[in-house]
Amino acid sequence: MTPTRDHAPHPTNRNGTGADDRRNGGRITYDAIAKSYSKGQAAAVHDISLTIEPGELVVILGPSGCGKTTLLKLTNRLYEPTSGTISLDGDDILSLPVTQLRRRMGYVIQQTGLFPHYRIADNVAVVPKLLGWDKKRIDHRVDELLDLVGLPPDTYRRRYPAQLSGGQQQRVGLARALAGEPRTLLMDEPFGALDAITRSRLQDELRRIHRQFGQTIVFVTHDIEEALRLADRIIVMNDGGVVQYDTPLAIVTRPADAFVAELVGSENVLRRLELQPIDAAIRPLDGSVPPARAEEPSIPASAPARVALSLLLDSAGERLIVVNDDAHPVGWVDLDGIHEISRPTPEVAAMRPALSEALR
Amino acid sequence: MNGLSLDYLRDNPGYVLQLTWDHLQLSLLAILLGIVVAVPLGVAGARYPGLGLPIIGILGAVYTIPSIAFLAFLIPILGLGRDNALVVLAAYSLSFLVRNIITGLRGVDAGVIEAARGMGLSPIQVFRQVTFPLALPVMVAGLRTAVVVTISTATVAGWIGAGGLGRLLFDGVRLRRPGMILAGAIAITLLAVLVDLGIRWLARYLAANRAARAAVQSS
Repeated sequence: MTPTRDHAPHPTNRNGTGADDRRNGGRITYDAIAKSYSKGQAAAVHDISLTIEPGELVVILGPSGCGKTTLLKLTNRLYEPTSGTISLDGDDILSLPVTQLRRRMGYVIQQTGLFPHYRIADNVAVVPKLLGWDKKRIDHRVDELLDLVGLPPDTYRRRYPAQLSGGQQQRVGLARALAGEPRTLLMDEPFGALDAITRSRLQDELRRIHRQFGQTIVFVTHDIEEALRLADRIIVMNDGGVVQYDTPLAIVTRPADAFVAELVGSENVLRRLELQPIDAAIRPLDGSVPPARAEEPSIPASAPARVALSLLLDSAGERLIVVNDDAHPVGWVDLDGIHEISRPTPEVAAMRPALSEALR
Repeated sequence: MNGLSLDYLRDNPGYVLQLTWDHLQLSLLAILLGIVVAVPLGVAGARYPGLGLPIIGILGAVYTIPSIAFLAFLIPILGLGRDNALVVLAAYSLSFLVRNIITGLRGVDAGVIEAARGMGLSPIQVFRQVTFPLALPVMVAGLRTAVVVTISTATVAGWIGAGGLGRLLFDGVRLRRPGMILAGAIAITLLAVLVDLGIRWLARYLAANRAARAAVQSS
């Protein structure tokens, strides 16, 4: 069994293991942010007040034109807000010279933006050079990062971006963004131009890197699957405002309104089960049921209900033994239990009329 | 009347060389003047798209003025001689220089520039490390065209006494000496080809850094 994603009620650090000192810092606070591109025009974003906790991977999700990229670019001052303040670890981002602020935040964009006339190593070395590192430290860092993103340095160091595939280029883009050891990473639809297989591989890599180093990551996408897969918390945006800011499970099971419900597919039973932990369906191994036998199929308590469902349908048995991290049986689940937790929450049920209207 | 032969070139190498030198000086001075005017026009045109199109249009129209007419038109203002020729040649070169500066600067991938800014490069660093080296191949291509066109057009400067290899052509026609014309034509062609090669070489090796060199090479 591989699924280990837990959806603990505490919103931060879903992937949090092995926190280290780099995890300190990276809190981003938006306070009453609004941005209009020109006077009299509708605001691109408005009334945005929220906090992204250090080490959190937050996905900004919404349809095109909802303001999600604007919000991201306000964070590293590629745009300046019309009103409101943004602070990084309590300091107004306007208090730093803009170039220094940006060097402290990794930035990854969809088109990669690699310098075509720089070799891969020089592309990765851009920010360390700006930070004035010595050559030895830079060389070491470049090799370390190329290894980290799965590009053997001896093979790739001296190549030019045009000699790499799209997926490899985006790996370099990720390495480049990480090069200056930023505590914050801003990613603007970084995997949007990649094919499905490459995209899911890079999503895995990103999760691995996030688990390992615990940066604060703000990740913009319009891809709901990507958002549910990556996010500790999701900011759902529409028409320049934040509609909901919560964990993937809460967004899917308790959508704030019909727009969110439709966007994230709250009606989709399998999607809900994908996010729902099985713990609510666990029944105790008390005297009323036969004790667990070694040959019975088992599942970790942290697995999503969807996995339990698949295993149940696939196995001959009527129940699965739920085991804890030490493979010790702690209870059991059956189809009835999963059926029970698969029911839509009252919030979703209440939206059904509006949803069927929207889907028509 | 002499036949079409290389006799003239053989008998007067010093004079032909002297005229070639004059021709080169006149052409390069005109290009230099052109560059001084083209850079601000090109940068402005690249920066403000509304400006770029009219600038290119006007310069294109200037280029269509026949050279002899252009020279004659300026005689009342600048008189006969070198200044007149310089202005006309520089004006012609602008068309190629400005257009390629605009195209080159605008052609730099917006994503690359955004990434550069987003990583914390200052505006000057963005220009020196990204925009300029990436626009360089296109700008150099414009320079090469401008130089070749200027060297060939500088021939008509001989008509208003501005010197250069044009004198061999005009004198050759007047004196009915095809050998002179041939000598002038060969010298002009060689000059144009050699200067063109020289600029390519310069662009490659005087590129301020390795990065710009890679950009030129990959073009």
